[in-house]
Amino acid sequence: MSSTTDMAAGRAQIAARTLRTDRWWLPPLLNVAGLGAWVVYATVRAFMQNWYFVPEYNYLTPFYSPCVSNGCVEQAAHFGRFLPDVWWLPYAAISLPFLLLFRLTCYYYRKAYYRAFWGSPPACAVAEPHGKYTGETRFPLILQNLHRYFFYIAALISLLNTYDAVKAFIKDDGSFGLGLGNIILVANVVLLWLYTASCHSCRSIIGGRLNHFSKHPVRYKAWVGVSRLNAKHMQLAWATLASLAITDAYVMCVSAGWFSDLRIVG
Amino acid sequence: MSHWHHFRVWRGDQGGGKLEDYPVEVNEGEVVLDIIHRLQQTEANDLACRWNCKAGKCGSCSVEINGKPRLACMTRMSTFADDEVVTVTPLRTFPVIRDLVTDVEFNYVKAREVPAFAPPEGVAPGEYRMQQVDVERSQEFRKCIECYLCQNTCHAVRDHEENKEAFSGPRYLMRIAELDMHPLDAADRKDMAQDDHGLGYCNITKCCTEVCPEHIKITDNALIPMKERVVDRKYDPIVWLGNKLFRR
Repeated sequence: MSSTTDMAAGRAQIAARTLRTDRWWLPPLLNVAGLGAWVVYATVRAFMQNWYFVPEYNYLTPFYSPCVSNGCVEQAAHFGRFLPDVWWLPYAAISLPFLLLFRLTCYYYRKAYYRAFWGSPPACAVAEPHGKYTGETRFPLILQNLHRYFFYIAALISLLNTYDAVKAFIKDDGSFGLGLGNIILVANVVLLWLYTASCHSCRSIIGGRLNHFSKHPVRYKAWVGVSRLNAKHMQLAWATLASLAITDAYVMCVSAGWFSDLRIVG
Repeated sequence: MSHWHHFRVWRGDQGGGKLEDYPVEVNEGEVVLDIIHRLQQTEANDLACRWNCKAGKCGSCSVEINGKPRLACMTRMSTFADDEVVTVTPLRTFPVIRDLVTDVEFNYVKAREVPAFAPPEGVAPGEYRMQQVDVERSQEFRKCIECYLCQNTCHAVRDHEENKEAFSGPRYLMRIAELDMHPLDAADRKDMAQDDHGLGYCNITKCCTEVCPEHIKITDNALIPMKERVVDRKYDPIVWLGNKLFRR
């Protein structure tokens, strides 16, 4: 039983779990729907092992980057093929787990899923359903402190995504090309960089851990910039989920031949 | 322009209590504290409430209004529909004394447990020299009026009385962050934050930030940076190696 409704602690004897009259349940519900839908889509696509590459325009979906499975088509495998081609191993199995862990340990997503999926708390001043709470003091949640390592790896993976987006400007015949797919890939990469740079760990590493900004003017300026981005971390977190899904869906549709790429040049 | 409004106010003490209904006159421009005062003057002369400045700066009139922790003096009646019932209860995290007044001793105990500013060796009061850029982060935290709305709403203690011993709450973890970021503070506060004040109990769900009447970004600017500083100390070998190599 939550202490909020526990009469023994000397608190005001109010039995109601909350007296809030607004729709406090709506944000957690939207988060469950949004995050749940994205996880289902991403899981299906990661294991689909099909329609991930458009050879004519070098479009590679970020869900398959880097494509390092023996099942990858040769043009998509920019960094070699060495993972076994089995159904249970995604073609980008060396990057996807780290991207998942980067988001799973992200300070924004933690807030979102602690509230939405675990009800801890479901909303402010709404009693949580759990009888005991130790926060992030014990295993497994103490591992949330590893967020910065996944940040380092996510930054490297963003470099890979940038490489993919740049390479997509060169068509398979070696000539320059520009289509709607390029614009989507580049927009996705820009958003990914903004989300990665706005990370709270990045903010700390870049300058937040300093006590004397005056002695480190360059890091201070960088910290100011990252802090501005950091204020938009939630928005960027959702924008990148959307951009990743849109980018992947676009590449899938063009690759499957459901519609053709809108070409601007070449 | 005035109208009549339906108020429900929790009346009682540790022995028991209940929500009592009061029809009350509300005038244009009034705040909830005005209505509480009107009730004291008219229908409930013995209604207990704590208040002082009526300007959102003393932090005394913290209550819960329609379930949300708020300052009664900063909650305008115009934010409620005319037919909306307004329920006012005491803070639910602290022991009640009477009616809307709670015993906030927990916060004073936790305040005393945070060691004060420790100047570096050999620097006497009057010799402190700091750049503005080095102290402006901490200045945000100095806006705190100690209304304890953040302490009240944090589920780590609100829903778990047993955590009060181990967890100091957002207000005092913010105080530790303020001192840890201070350019002249010589005390080591990272281990203290994690081990003695329960920083790990914070699961950064940001309710402290949501209810802060001073709009201090408690979670983003104090608690998360403090968590990252603890990671520097306890969980990051790269920072450890950097410190060794460059002798910071």
